[in-house]
Amino acid sequence: MPAPTPFVLPYFPETPSQTAGPYVHIGLIPNQAGFDIFKNNFGGDIAGPDVAGERIVIEGRVYDGAGHATKDVLIETWQANAAGRYNHPADQQDKPLDAAFRGWARTGTDFETGIFRIRTVKPGQVAGRRGRKTMAPHVNFWIASRGINIGLATRMYFGDEAAANDQDPVLNIIEQPERRKTLIAPRSERDGATIYTFDIHLQGAHETVFFDV
Amino acid sequence: MTPEFEFHQRDRDIHPPAYTPVYKTSALRSPRISLWSLQNSLSEVTGPTFAREELGPLDNDLILNYAKDGKPIGEQTIVHGHVLDGNGYPVRNTLVEVWQANAGGRYRHRNDTYIAPIDPNFGGCGRMLTDYNGYYFFRTVKPGAYPFRNRVNSWRPAHIHFSVFGSGFVQRLITQMYFEGDPLIPHDSIIATIPDKSAADRLTARLDLNASLPLECLAYRFDIVLRGSRQTLFENKLQGS
Repeated sequence: MPAPTPFVLPYFPETPSQTAGPYVHIGLIPNQAGFDIFKNNFGGDIAGPDVAGERIVIEGRVYDGAGHATKDVLIETWQANAAGRYNHPADQQDKPLDAAFRGWARTGTDFETGIFRIRTVKPGQVAGRRGRKTMAPHVNFWIASRGINIGLATRMYFGDEAAANDQDPVLNIIEQPERRKTLIAPRSERDGATIYTFDIHLQGAHETVFFDV
Repeated sequence: MTPEFEFHQRDRDIHPPAYTPVYKTSALRSPRISLWSLQNSLSEVTGPTFAREELGPLDNDLILNYAKDGKPIGEQTIVHGHVLDGNGYPVRNTLVEVWQANAGGRYRHRNDTYIAPIDPNFGGCGRMLTDYNGYYFFRTVKPGAYPFRNRVNSWRPAHIHFSVFGSGFVQRLITQMYFEGDPLIPHDSIIATIPDKSAADRLTARLDLNASLPLECLAYRFDIVLRGSRQTLFENKLQGS
């Protein structure tokens, strides 16, 4: 008697990831690559004049394991609006949508300075998983580049939200309080702008907490 | 929020690990501490959406979208396929972005110094939204192979970079598509980062003569699978408008 054929569930396996490579700018941020091709570039100026909320600038660098600031990394952010609602049909929270705010930004670390900069609005608090504890205001980050084989997910929290951060269900699952600090961006003022500094460490003593989401 | 919205756990065995010595640049850019496992909240199951009006009419035609005084040099090629999720359902109205070298293997990028010439009529990037069936297509010229600094004599097989969104931000995927029959595929250090050979082979698009245009254009087929969700049908209703 031949062995019975094992039953395999009919799921399709995900397409494998590959590095975004050194020329990711061509496809995703062509103006940084040095040419202009599309009339409408995505993810640049995301907080136009009609968007509600406190204007903020998120800036920082992405350091490699040698402590060197990378200069070719793609950064995308996804966040709720100022009221704490995502512009997506799965978010049915009873909060106002902001039609002028998609909530998604895309930029790269600068070829010379390594600094990335995102001008946006500060998000509100969002309901936690299945109505559990409310999450503190945060911005979801996703980064990809040469040398990164699969996109890395992390979150940025706000340094001036200490009380909310202390209650945040995601920060609190990180066992070491020292490591939670890698996700909290201090607030400062410069030339009348509100700056949150979020440095990301891919590796090393200050390695940023990355999530398997 | 209800549990119906959750995405299936990502099968990390399909993907390259962060640290792959065969691809040297990964050594200093790979996190060494385990990823913290996070169950889905609204922050994970939502993601950006894009509308057709935001795209230009030539955005998915790389033969014409940067043409200045003629057409780009190279093999005229159609690439097409479906974006599906792990349940086999179409991923509708999702943004697919592509970028590539020209037929000589040179990117229109200020950091690319390879000796092959820039093609004045080729930009090398395009984008499109999938349709109701999850289908996408674009027209381009087949990219050339080119050397890169990894080992002393490392070459990349011809490839096209793909970026896909899906309906939730955790479906976000960047990958590369290769061409059936390319003799550089077994020598490539980037493909070799994927431990599972059958998974790696799914990145090789097959020649698709049925989709080629007689006397005009060859075609390759490349289907893309994003993570499935606990109840995809419900999401399709939301997105299928």
